[in-house]
Amino acid sequence: MPTSKSEPSGGRRGRCYDLAVIGAGPAGLAAADAAAGLGLRVALVDAGSRPGGQYYRHPAPELGAARPEKLHHGWAAFARLRARLAARPLVDHLPGHHVWAAEAGVPGDEERPWRLHATRGPGAGDRATVLARAVLLATGAHERHLPFPGWTLPGVVTAGGAQAVLKSSLALPGRRIVVAGSGPLLLAAASSLVSAGAEVPAIVEATSYLGYARGLPVLAGNPGKLAEGAAHGARLLRHGVRLRRSSAVVEAHGTDRVTAVTVARLDARWKPVPGSERRIACDALAIGHGLVPQIELATELGAATVTGPDGAVALAVDAEQRTSVPGLWAAGETCGVGGADLALAEGVLAAHAVAGRPAPARERAVRRRRRAFAALMAAAHAPGPDWTGWVTDDTDVCRCEEVPAGEVRAAVAELGAGDARTVKLLTRAGMGWCQGRMCGPAVACLSGGGAGRPDGRPLSCPVPLAQLADPGPESGPA
Amino acid sequence: MDPLDLVGAEPGPARTILFDGRAVSALPGQTLAAALWADGVLAWRTTRRGGRPRGAFCGIGQCFDCLATVNGRPNQRLCLLPAEHGDTVTTQEGHGRADLEV
Amino acid sequence: MLKRTPYDVVVVGAGVVGAACAYYAARSGLKVAVVDRGPVAGGTTGAGEGNLLVSDKEPGPELDLALLSTRLWRELAEEFGARVEYEPKGGLVVATRPAGTDLLHGLAAQQRAVGVEALPVAADELRTLEPHLAEGLPGGYLYPQDAQVQPALAAAHLLRASGADRYLGEAVTGLLRGPGGSVTGVVTGRRELAAPAVVNAAGTWGGELAALAGVRLPVLPRRGFVLVTEPLPRIVRHKVYAADYVADVASGSADLQSSAVVEGTPAGPVLIGASRERVGFDRTLDPGVLHRLAAQAAALFPVLRTVQVQRAYRGFRPYLPDHLPAIGPDARVPGLHHACGHEGAGIGLAPATGLLVSRRLLGEEPELDLAPFRPERFEGAERLEDAEGES
Ligand SMILES: Cc1cc2nc3c(=O)[nH]c(=O)nc-3n(C[C@H](O)[C@H](O)[C@H](O)COP(=O)(O)OP(=O)(O)OC[C@H]3O[C@@H](n4cnc5c(N)ncnc54)[C@H](O)[C@@H]3O)c2cc1C
Ligand SMILES: Cc1cc2nc3c(=O)[nH]c(=O)nc-3n(C[C@H](O)[C@H](O)[C@H](O)COP(=O)(O)OP(=O)(O)OC[C@H]3O[C@@H](n4cnc5c(N)ncnc54)[C@H](O)[C@@H]3O)c2cc1C
Ligand code: FES
Repeated sequence: MPTSKSEPSGGRRGRCYDLAVIGAGPAGLAAADAAAGLGLRVALVDAGSRPGGQYYRHPAPELGAARPEKLHHGWAAFARLRARLAARPLVDHLPGHHVWAAEAGVPGDEERPWRLHATRGPGAGDRATVLARAVLLATGAHERHLPFPGWTLPGVVTAGGAQAVLKSSLALPGRRIVVAGSGPLLLAAASSLVSAGAEVPAIVEATSYLGYARGLPVLAGNPGKLAEGAAHGARLLRHGVRLRRSSAVVEAHGTDRVTAVTVARLDARWKPVPGSERRIACDALAIGHGLVPQIELATELGAATVTGPDGAVALAVDAEQRTSVPGLWAAGETCGVGGADLALAEGVLAAHAVAGRPAPARERAVRRRRRAFAALMAAAHAPGPDWTGWVTDDTDVCRCEEVPAGEVRAAVAELGAGDARTVKLLTRAGMGWCQGRMCGPAVACLSGGGAGRPDGRPLSCPVPLAQLADPGPESGPA
Repeated sequence: MDPLDLVGAEPGPARTILFDGRAVSALPGQTLAAALWADGVLAWRTTRRGGRPRGAFCGIGQCFDCLATVNGRPNQRLCLLPAEHGDTVTTQEGHGRADLEV
Repeated sequence: MLKRTPYDVVVVGAGVVGAACAYYAARSGLKVAVVDRGPVAGGTTGAGEGNLLVSDKEPGPELDLALLSTRLWRELAEEFGARVEYEPKGGLVVATRPAGTDLLHGLAAQQRAVGVEALPVAADELRTLEPHLAEGLPGGYLYPQDAQVQPALAAAHLLRASGADRYLGEAVTGLLRGPGGSVTGVVTGRRELAAPAVVNAAGTWGGELAALAGVRLPVLPRRGFVLVTEPLPRIVRHKVYAADYVADVASGSADLQSSAVVEGTPAGPVLIGASRERVGFDRTLDPGVLHRLAAQAAALFPVLRTVQVQRAYRGFRPYLPDHLPAIGPDARVPGLHHACGHEGAGIGLAPATGLLVSRRLLGEEPELDLAPFRPERFEGAERLEDAEGES
């Protein structure tokens, strides 16, 4: 797998890849590997500098980690996949390429392939356009956040972010880290943090975990998931980490950085129980409320979506991982958050479909089991309807544009906004650098429009104006 | 135990970056954000409206909270940039483009 | 249960035009309901820029409307001011080639004759007005009357100040009809709203609403993209655009046309817009269009090459074949009034439109002759919108 930091090609204009895979996480890696195995010429286009995506994030080689597997459940599988890909000349890995727009091709028309427009850095020349006959969207997810007073203080970080920085750079945001929110990622993050020497005074989980009890058959069908959970649980137990269920951090304290949090018990609707508040001292707080698929490249093209039990919007795909846009496939978290094993399986399935081969039975079975588990998980961790009760009017909901909840509420009550888009137009919530990735779900809730509509994001990331102004070269395989 | 012990890391010699004029050491391969975290620094930007301190939040390039001025270039995401020897990181105030104002 | 509520007028559409109609009608004492299938500003108003321009209009009915609106916007600014981000910043039109200055002189002379303020700016004065402007431009004109608002805020505040009853999230699916075919209200999925007058402020979808009354109003979409930069300090003081733009607006060509209008906003980002093309309601992002906008903006303001584009958005301007809106009662259907088809100037023209519509609702003499905006003027010109496309 040749890796090309700069522009690949040599490629003659007009020639194009059989398949461009966007995203080199588990789904994208598995797809690229399988597709090349079936004889397709593949571009693996990824914003990251190293392959792996979120799950397989690993220490920079310069850090000289002798035992990277210590931070990793799937290390062996990743190492195998990476080695196999490295031996595949049919795959060009294009790291550091953030695709900001995908221009649909016309299937079967060699003159009109897909065009992936990517930025590779700040310079005017750091632009690339990758040509392909088919595209697989494997761009993963981002975390969902529910704001609370103090969540913008330095030292408040995302659970996945704490995990990611630890895995890739071996650094921690503090020594005494409360982990809070909802979802299985909290356990994984806390488990990594304690094994790396941090103290975790509490994991604060908003649900009761009773939701899982309703899905016992599904759980029985996913022993791997149970084992993973048990491994985290055992390690956390060993370190004396306490899991507080049906609880939430309802305020973070501090002036220039977080110094403590207030934890309260929640009722079944996630309303804080008065009088149950407790203060816990800490120097960092890691938060997250599950994940939201990152699908704007597809929804900008009109791809059909489905809404999960937790309100998160994912791409609708058929049994062959095909989206409703001709020539566009999807795999992994883009089709609904379900974890690395599911992503790997869907990547393989998508590759077979693109190559016109029958779907392998093993991956089909994994997908069936894991999708069922994912639905159970999403339902169990869906935010309760009354969480907005802890959001005071002066809590900034939109971190980028510093829009407090009170302004959002006024836009709804007085100005006639009824959905996230209108709130955005009237308050700027969601109009900043992150384009609503951090505040989108919360704004949708506060605006009463609920979830269910994907955020519009014509550009998937900021693009240097000079790169838009100067047309760049187009590339296919060398 | 610390993260380096955990994975048995044996990084090469540390690099030195300058944060608001102060020398901070960074391990090779670490991002600027991670190097600052390891040094106990959590904030390197103040917001446009409220002048509030901010640093890394998502850690993976999605939230843009970790913006700072690096080697004179504003609005750089420190969670994505590998620390290079001699990098100069300056706390960014607001949009970081005050020099352009007319 | 369907229920009837009596109003003096039902306005269909909660965009800026509908909001302005509601505002002026309510101010004249009418009891008003506003119905929209979406939220306030959910149509083109939420996808436009807020340029209030006289500079880009040749003398004629549209400029008359714009001049009236300029005055009304100033009044509204006293009431709403910063809440709608009103900025009387003035427009600076620059020529990009020497021949362009002659064009500008000619246009300015005509505009001045009808009351537009237009001040010539010599080549060496351009960068005093706009320090970041490219060097070597041959000259331009300053139009102090040009101003700016934030369209969605403008619509929302006008609508709120009107005190009209809002029925948002309800599509109008039919019209109530009285004796002699007159329109006597609207039907939504949830209720009937009775009123002796219905105002069609459905923007780009105004033709569909007219069809519910059995009449033809050929409103068509004209797509536009806008680029939004990262938040910046004030680097552009006026609304600045290239002279070519004046020609684009009047053009009937179906091809893509764009000339960058560059403007700062109180919130920080610089807006660069907007392209103009007729592609129906195709929402697909066109990187080629973004390229042209960026290249033109960078040609005017080279400093923009150092900034990042954070966002792009698109909208569909409502246009009628002769590029004038439809304003006033429909002679074909008693009770039906129109206020739509403002193309790329609906934000600017909204107050005048609202005022004129309310005059006609009350049977008062309007400030302007409405004849050029007669909704039924396309009657018998079946093929007009196709024929003029290639002009
Ligand atoms: C911050 C974070 C941390 C996580 N940590 C864990 C964990 O520790 N354990 C666990 O089990 N699960 C974790 N997850 C869940 C994780 O999403 C899945 O387990 C798994 O990684 C999903 O695989 P994927 O291939 O679908 O997507 P990902 O692994 O997310 O891979 C997506 C890839 O696409 C790239 N990409 C995205 N957009 C673009 C674009 N426009 N252009 C180019 N490239 C793009 C990204 O850079 C990334 O490399 C984490 C998720 C997040 C968001
Ligand atoms: C990119 C771009 C840039 C622009 N820049 C400018 C500018 O700088 N200055 C300027 O003055 N103008 C500008 N415009 C034009 C301006 O945005 C429009 O002219 C203006 O918004 C039209 O307002 P409206 O109220 O008529 O229509 P809209 O805002 O579209 O409102 C019509 C409303 O009617 C509703 N509706 C339609 N059918 C029904 C139904 N059957 N039942 C219920 N409700 C219905 C819709 O939901 C919609 O909310 C721009 C437009 C675009 C696209
Ligand atoms: S911490 Fe979120 S972008 Fe860097």
